[in-house]
Amino acid sequence: MTTLEDVSTTPVVLGGVRGGPPVPTLRKDRWWVQPIVTVVVLTAFVAYATWAAFVNKDYYAGATMHRDLISPFYSPCLTESCVPGSHPGTIITWWQISPALLILIFPLGFRLTCYYYRKAYYRAFWWAPPACAVADAHGSYKGESRFPLILQNIHRYFFFAGLIFNVLLTIDAVMAFRQPGVGIGFSVGTAVLCVNACLLWLYSLSCHACRHLCGGGLKKFSEHPIRHRIWKALTPLNAHHMVFAWMSLVFVALTDVYVRLVASGAIHDYGFHF
Amino acid sequence: MADDTTTPRTDGGAGAAGERTVTMRLWRGDASGGEFVDYVLPAVEGEVVLDVVHRVQATLAPDLACRWNCKAGKCGSCSTEINGKPSLMCMTRMDTLPTDEAITVAPMKTFPVLRDLVTDVSYNYEVAKRIPPFNPRPKTDDEVAAGGYRMQQIDVERSQEFRKCIECYLCQDVCHVIRDHEENKTAYAGPRFFARSAELEMHPLDATDRRELLQEEQGLNKCNITKCCTEVCPEHIKITDNAIIPLKERVVDARYDPVAWLGRKILRRTKGTAAAAAATAPAHGPAAVQPAVEVTGIPGPQRR
Repeated sequence: MTTLEDVSTTPVVLGGVRGGPPVPTLRKDRWWVQPIVTVVVLTAFVAYATWAAFVNKDYYAGATMHRDLISPFYSPCLTESCVPGSHPGTIITWWQISPALLILIFPLGFRLTCYYYRKAYYRAFWWAPPACAVADAHGSYKGESRFPLILQNIHRYFFFAGLIFNVLLTIDAVMAFRQPGVGIGFSVGTAVLCVNACLLWLYSLSCHACRHLCGGGLKKFSEHPIRHRIWKALTPLNAHHMVFAWMSLVFVALTDVYVRLVASGAIHDYGFHF
Repeated sequence: MADDTTTPRTDGGAGAAGERTVTMRLWRGDASGGEFVDYVLPAVEGEVVLDVVHRVQATLAPDLACRWNCKAGKCGSCSTEINGKPSLMCMTRMDTLPTDEAITVAPMKTFPVLRDLVTDVSYNYEVAKRIPPFNPRPKTDDEVAAGGYRMQQIDVERSQEFRKCIECYLCQDVCHVIRDHEENKTAYAGPRFFARSAELEMHPLDATDRRELLQEEQGLNKCNITKCCTEVCPEHIKITDNAIIPLKERVVDARYDPVAWLGRKILRRTKGTAAAAAATAPAHGPAAVQPAVEVTGIPGPQRR
């Protein structure tokens, strides 16, 4: 009977010749659809957000319209150039260009370093790789080990900043129930700001860094029952992080569009008051 | 691809009037070269790709090499690339594939081909040797008195997800860090072993701090979380969300978070070094995986 000692050894070669033809991919499905959709949507958003940030007008529908609606791109408006009524007070006096540029750095940083968006833009824009089992477009690859991509590790700080903005946008949504000169009411604009705030909260709370900080980093859940409960509540949200990322991105732009149309007088913000 | 194929070989029973057929385009060859060969067989309802490959072996190409064992998606042997997607042959139903064109079956691209559909996956075994093993903390007096360690289910359930791994190495195959960049094999563990490290790192009894080792020597920072490993995993392990990203966040705790650093200073907690973690790895096995280097000592299929 053959024993283990009788088994001969076979040299194992690491590296060596690979099988299959030398082609970028053998996939036959439409793997290119997803990267194209990502490029189109993200490019459209960046183009619109850039225009909206620089245009510096029509971002607030105020007392003259019996409304208190501010675009999320311009909240909190803290510079001297802000439209009267749109800001709690001037804090930054030296900033002379659009206040949106001061604000958008933080949500932009949050989304740029987000684990989901990293997947999306590494695939769609950087082609590293464009899709699974499709050859990437680079001769060499070091990943996130060097500058500037090593900065992806500060994602949690943008997450904290994002939480502050979520609180401020939630206050904006509550304030949108005010209808100056009329009383308390509800309008399409109020609903838009409320949905926008909810989606931003869902996006932030489903964040991987949030899940880690709330309990994922623990070695023993049994010693931290409250953090374990929070982690357990966040885990199903985290599974839908991609969905919340896209929904909140699109809706924040739509919110700006709606407020802009109302503030410019292009449409009327239908609603009622008590 | 189609241009590389030779004349189709047809099963004697295939192609009869009105009969549905299936064309299997299989990679034939070894380290000296190869090509796709088309095999035409009658279509049989309810088959998986492995069934059809076995019929090719039985009727048209008895010298066709393919690795398989359990035929139930549990042994992880029949990993190949079906129509370009890394998949298990035994878990890919024929009725999920378009039959109006040839079905391509190629060996895993990331590993050297031995023959036909069989690859040499020993890179993975070499990496496995470099993963510091389970290192339980010393028992407390209470645990000694109780006769052993005591753990609660909520403390171990995270690690249990990674125990489902069948080591098919499809995740290693699809990972572009080594699939498209052979040179990274010397300093990259890959998704399967990140999941293994996560399993140990999250274990309530394990006392080894692997974070520095993961970042400095096992290339965790080379992973750009494109989630392909999760997409191909036949056990549906959330490798990226539940293993790699939590590990990356733990590395951030150790290296890139000034607040966490301050907290450690105040609480006087020490951080494990890569060398300390590596010191717990088994003494045998190469210090690093080198490409195109022969390693002897691993039992092969040949018997005297």
